[in-house]
Amino acid sequence: MIDTLSRMIRTGILTETLPPLKAASPQVDGLQMDLRKILGRALCIRHVDAGSCNGCELEIQALNNPYYNLEGVGIKFVASPRHADLLLVTGPVSANMEEALKRTLDAVPDPKFVVAVGDCGACGGVFGINYASRGAVANVIPVHRTVTGCPPSPVAILEAIRSVIVEA
Amino acid sequence: MNMTLDSSGQARQEIVSNLPCIYTKVGALRWRRVADNLRASGARLLTLWGADDRDRDGRFRIYAAYLVKEGVSVFEHPMEQGRKPTYPSLAEIFPCALHMERAIHDLFGIVSMEPDHRGWLRHCGWPQTVFPLRRDFDGNTKFSIDSQPYEFIQVEGDGVHEIAVGPVHAGTIEPGHFRFSVVGEKVLRLEERLGYTHKGVSKRFEEMLQMEGHRLAARLSGDSAVAFSWAYCAALEAITQTACPPRAANLRALALEHERLANHLGDLGALGNDAGFAFGLTQFSRMKEDLLRMNASVFGARYLFDFVQPGGVAVDLPDRAIRLLLDHYLLLEEGVSSLRAIYDNHAGLQDRFRDAGILKQDLAERLGAIGLAGRASGISTDLRVDYSYSPYNRLKPKLVTQSTGDVAARVQVRFDEVFESVRLCRMLLEEPVAGPIRMECPSPPPGRLGLGLIEGWRGPVLIALESGPDGTIRRCHAHDPSWQNWPLIEYAILGNIVPDFPLINKSFNLSYSGHDG
Repeated sequence: MIDTLSRMIRTGILTETLPPLKAASPQVDGLQMDLRKILGRALCIRHVDAGSCNGCELEIQALNNPYYNLEGVGIKFVASPRHADLLLVTGPVSANMEEALKRTLDAVPDPKFVVAVGDCGACGGVFGINYASRGAVANVIPVHRTVTGCPPSPVAILEAIRSVIVEA
Repeated sequence: MNMTLDSSGQARQEIVSNLPCIYTKVGALRWRRVADNLRASGARLLTLWGADDRDRDGRFRIYAAYLVKEGVSVFEHPMEQGRKPTYPSLAEIFPCALHMERAIHDLFGIVSMEPDHRGWLRHCGWPQTVFPLRRDFDGNTKFSIDSQPYEFIQVEGDGVHEIAVGPVHAGTIEPGHFRFSVVGEKVLRLEERLGYTHKGVSKRFEEMLQMEGHRLAARLSGDSAVAFSWAYCAALEAITQTACPPRAANLRALALEHERLANHLGDLGALGNDAGFAFGLTQFSRMKEDLLRMNASVFGARYLFDFVQPGGVAVDLPDRAIRLLLDHYLLLEEGVSSLRAIYDNHAGLQDRFRDAGILKQDLAERLGAIGLAGRASGISTDLRVDYSYSPYNRLKPKLVTQSTGDVAARVQVRFDEVFESVRLCRMLLEEPVAGPIRMECPSPPPGRLGLGLIEGWRGPVLIALESGPDGTIRRCHAHDPSWQNWPLIEYAILGNIVPDFPLINKSFNLSYSGHDG
């Protein structure tokens, strides 16, 4: 127990200040403020891997590490689409996941947002479109914003989530 | 006599690889008999793949690659012309062959003489009469979804009920379906259904040039990008007889060990979290992030997707990086040592880890367990240790094993491998080799078949690459060790309770995308 506590104290608080949002109005100075103003509560995200290589998943998971501390600013990943405001979808959408993705979107209550993550989610990436791949997420469900990158950095993913909320 | 003819009419004499490679052509009878003998001699089935060579000599072929003491042994079985392509199943001898045979059926319409012909990679995306990897199939053909129910094997009895999980899971992970048959909370049976992330990568390879295939290889399983892109390049370098320069080989190994470290750190944190110890996740995810940022600073990218390239690597390591990395390893070791002591002494955590998801050695041996999960059940295989390929022949990695085969053993293997990887990275940096980081790969003649085998963090990954004319790819088969190890979980979970499944599953942490292709 002493070891655990001492490690916690030595580690301290690592959370970094988020970079300023490119598209934001000047009075918006923090994601947490945006969320409080617009939603009045935490933003709930459901992640769906619709056929990704798992690279984007690693960077989405990184958002929960102490440097980005996503929950600290009022964003949380939820276990059911029925609890979600936003779907974070990685792709390309495989034919075998097409139906599951559509059903997951249907389960999200309105109003809902979709952010497609990664080059594959945005445009099909190196996999493209073929007998087993539908390519970009937008080919299967409506998408509000895309984040390019292979994989995109955690900050880029965060920026896309934030801009969807601010512009909603 | 059966011969493989390449497009210039020459019979294939050899298959080349970065490991010593033995190549034999066999008929249907010997196909099985050889498997029996290999099983008896302790060989492991590494992978099976099919090929449609009807354009050359009217035949379908099936290949099997085994890991034997001397290296890799490849058997080729050409099927009779003009007949329905069939071959004897190996699933009775090597149970891990079953899923591979079902996948080959889905993609080629080559049937093994095995009764289970349920679609494995084919769910609903293309009709049962269409075989995407046949040469006369246009990969860009699109079909609408035709949903069919999948017949899971049912368990009957008083109080038995089913729990269906997936394909969309309650976390940031890949999609797959698990069907539990349970009494109360005890698991009587688990049946996995995979293939959800099948993206047609083998067909996609055939549209690419040899010199760009490494980009797709790196994206077969994002957490094993270095391993797969290295295996691809090793196969290409073998068929073009290109020697990767020693400096580039060192840098590849450094990148591969960083990949191993990042994944092990991530898993150690997630395993703590799944057992209710969120502190572990915070600490390890912080260390993983530090390592990724170090990657960005010295290699130019957090994840090294396009680092390994045919003939070498994309970027050189700047001199300033050596000091940075050596200092970083000191911090990493200190952090992991102190967390290991905390994990080891935490009664609640050990209570969840020990005796959960046991896979005993004899069962692991029978099922063909491989890689990290195999080593935790006392199966001593590691390509880096068992065979001699550059630069590991110089580094002499130590084999890490455990014998208990439970979650605790898989945690301990990760801890030990973290320290061993750090030792290897130090050796690579402390004995730098000067020289170029890339060689030109010439264009090989068509019809040459090469294998690349690299021990990734999960286990051995394999690429089998056959050249086409003018720098094209005729066939590329990729194999992830998850093919062998997914069925292990169906056994490791038996008798455990459903709430322990996430922990047991995470302790294996197998790839969906790498498996589904």
